Amino acid sequence: MNATLDRKDLIAAEAQKMGKAVFDENNLTKDATVKREAQKTSPKLATLEEAIRRSGLQDGMTISFHHHFRGGDRVVNLVVDKLAEMGFKNLSLAASSLQDVHAPLIEHIKSGVITSISTSGLRGKLADEISRGLMDVPVVFRSHGGRGSAIASGELHIDVAFIGASSSDPLGNACGFSRSENAKSICGSLGYALPDAQYADKVVILTDDLVPYPNTPNAISERNVDFVVEVESVGDSSKIASGAIRDTKNPRDILLAQQAAKVIVNSGYFNDGFSIQTGSGGASLAAVKYIRQSMIDKGIKASFALGGITAHMVKLHEEGLIDRLIDVQSFDRVAAESLMNDPKHKEVSANEYASADEPGSATHYLDIVILSALEVDTDFNVNVLVGSDGIIRGAIGGHPDTAADSALSIIVCPLLRGRIPCVVDKVTTLITPGKSVDVVVTEYGIAVNPARPEVAERLKKAGLKVVDIEWLKERAHKVIGQPAALPFGDKVVGVVMNRDGSVMDVIKNINA
Amino acid sequence: MKEAYAGTLESGDIMIQIEPAETQGLTIELNSTVMYQFGEQIRNVITETLTDLGVTDALVKATDKGALDCTIRARVTAAAVRATGKDVWAD
Amino acid sequence: MMFVPGNNPAMMSDAHIYAPDSIMLDLEDSVSMAEKDAARLLVHHALKTIDYGNIEMVVRINPLNTPYGKKDVEAVVTAGVHVIRMPKTETAEEVVELEREIERVEERLGCVGRTQIMAAIESTKGIINAYAIATASKRMMGIALGAEDYCANLKTQRTTTGEELLLARQTIVVAARAAGIDALDTVFSNLNDMETFRREVELIKHLGFDGKSIINPRQIEIINEVFTPTQKDIDKARAICAAIKEAEAKGSGVIALNGKMIDKPVVIRAQRTIELAMAAGVIKEEDL
Repeated sequence: MNATLDRKDLIAAEAQKMGKAVFDENNLTKDATVKREAQKTSPKLATLEEAIRRSGLQDGMTISFHHHFRGGDRVVNLVVDKLAEMGFKNLSLAASSLQDVHAPLIEHIKSGVITSISTSGLRGKLADEISRGLMDVPVVFRSHGGRGSAIASGELHIDVAFIGASSSDPLGNACGFSRSENAKSICGSLGYALPDAQYADKVVILTDDLVPYPNTPNAISERNVDFVVEVESVGDSSKIASGAIRDTKNPRDILLAQQAAKVIVNSGYFNDGFSIQTGSGGASLAAVKYIRQSMIDKGIKASFALGGITAHMVKLHEEGLIDRLIDVQSFDRVAAESLMNDPKHKEVSANEYASADEPGSATHYLDIVILSALEVDTDFNVNVLVGSDGIIRGAIGGHPDTAADSALSIIVCPLLRGRIPCVVDKVTTLITPGKSVDVVVTEYGIAVNPARPEVAERLKKAGLKVVDIEWLKERAHKVIGQPAALPFGDKVVGVVMNRDGSVMDVIKNINA
Repeated sequence: MKEAYAGTLESGDIMIQIEPAETQGLTIELNSTVMYQFGEQIRNVITETLTDLGVTDALVKATDKGALDCTIRARVTAAAVRATGKDVWAD
Repeated sequence: MMFVPGNNPAMMSDAHIYAPDSIMLDLEDSVSMAEKDAARLLVHHALKTIDYGNIEMVVRINPLNTPYGKKDVEAVVTAGVHVIRMPKTETAEEVVELEREIERVEERLGCVGRTQIMAAIESTKGIINAYAIATASKRMMGIALGAEDYCANLKTQRTTTGEELLLARQTIVVAARAAGIDALDTVFSNLNDMETFRREVELIKHLGFDGKSIINPRQIEIINEVFTPTQKDIDKARAICAAIKEAEAKGSGVIALNGKMIDKPVVIRAQRTIELAMAAGVIKEEDL
């Protein structure tokens, strides 16, 4: 009796009812090749040009990039050069941020390859040209959290994301470091690229270290990746992440850092289990060094440090002073290597980091943030994007996100940068609304937002020099004189989005 | 008057070069890192300082790195003293 | 006292933010011969214009026997400097000569007596004459040690422990105390060795100095830490001062605290502690 044969008719009948075929053993094949070789390849592997063609990219579509390779990035220029060569026009470039190294985009804008840009920041020659009116469509500026929200909601739709990675396997399991001996670059967290990987229609990974499957643990999973392109180099590693702790020797930065540390320690938020984030300025990075001693002296430990993670933060974590590190961007090699090796050092996407509409975003759980500023005005509004000469020279970053969500936001900036005042009547461009800014630390004194009288009281009691922000502005005027108004034109070259998706300010072109 | 200069190109300083003028009056060629905001004020301070010193005809080349007014006054005076040989201090 | 090179405008306009007790703008060793005229003008205009707040402003001039010294005096006295620091002082006569120069300018300005003098003693001869120098003029407010030249003169070198300077330091403190003026210690130049710096500050405080010259704002915090009395010292000093006031109110000549009589030196020490605490900003006038 052959049971299967017995049920043959029944199988056929059921298959017919279900509208399915009957299993045929002849369709089975067996691949007996050694799998080690198979781990090195996949149908997703392509040249850049093939990947672009197969992605279905069309004129008028949106492409995206991340800025984890900072000033060393080669991906943006490599891809846009190729797109220009292939004859694409009228593309939207959605970057998490752009740097000095992206000056070649100027030519691609002039020739119509790129016609609109959204980014967190602009620097260098590209920023200079855009400030003077290079583009017809204004650049849209968003914070990191704001960009994450816009991508998740579909407001910023990405057709093809080009994501540079320090390692990837042929299926697209990719990360910002590499465990192979051929590692060429390391940037650590790929946090700003994760929304792109998750939401873009097509995702192309570019890597300079193609490793065999499986590249794990990873930041980006193969399930989100369509194509993998091996390239000679994703970036100049000397400009991606510096090797060690950069300790500022600038006495003014040290003074500001010490003052900021005193503010933190006496703010009322310096309690066991507190959480903290520092911005990228020299003084705010150095402040961590000075609160370390107070943490030891008072037996206070932090539950987590957030944001751009630095060697300073890693040191405190390894000393047991900070329990967890939540890392959207690793600022230096020490931080990047810690992310690779330490399971308590967690990589998060821009959304999980700082999006207003993401309930679990880490900024919602943040006590203290130390941030820098180009300008603060007497209403505590902050500008970190446009220089006092009207030229775009910075990035919004997570500034408004962290200021808004943290329990205490501290801005650290010198009152005077040469002859440029940092405390002014009205900011050149509104980036972080004064309502979310609590304390401004300068070398001439500390101003506290009148909305936070209890904080001012605590700082005064600790003997800190608390002054009126108007007094700071006047003090600056006395030293440097009254600056003349900037020669702005009538063309809007930039639009600043609030993190909630509303339009907060515009940047006009500068005539000079 | 002979050609003379004073100051440095350090941040917060100004380099002033004074030459005999080919035309009447003061001609100021100014280059500044804070041109938009303070260009006019810097010119005024240079003119005022030279006028007070009795220098009426000169070509002044100024390269400013964000110097304060008191620094500009000091550098212009030093350049003028070197150019004219007439010191401002009694011996 | 923080040293600031007299030909560096950025440092001159920034120095006060570090809140040293005094700032010394230097026209002497940190300025090259070719820049003496320019630095003099820079210092003159800075003193006239920059708001240094309550910080005591000192200018180190060039010696009067150089072509620069007298012009330096004129430039800084007309700008209203608080103190002229005379370098390489060896005899009382040099102080008298400087006083004459100052007075000449002050007479013209109608402000005789405004400018004080600090003498830096930087040679063995100067140390031998320390008391004579300290008492050479009613304008004298302090004497300071300049250790580099002194050591060269002594035919030795500076060490991290400072035995070679012991006699000079003690002579300066003794002379200053006898003359009723301040004693200031020399600079410490190795910015990478903050530990030795701290030990040196502890030593000179112990020897009785009123302060120390510094070359970088990063050194201020350590000096303040060492010189600021501890809370325990302050509390004790305040109790003693309160006892004095009580005794004065009673018209009693005997001062007592917790049933014990307090000696005069204890009173003086307590007053010194309060002075230092106030100078460091730990306590304020209204707290007393």
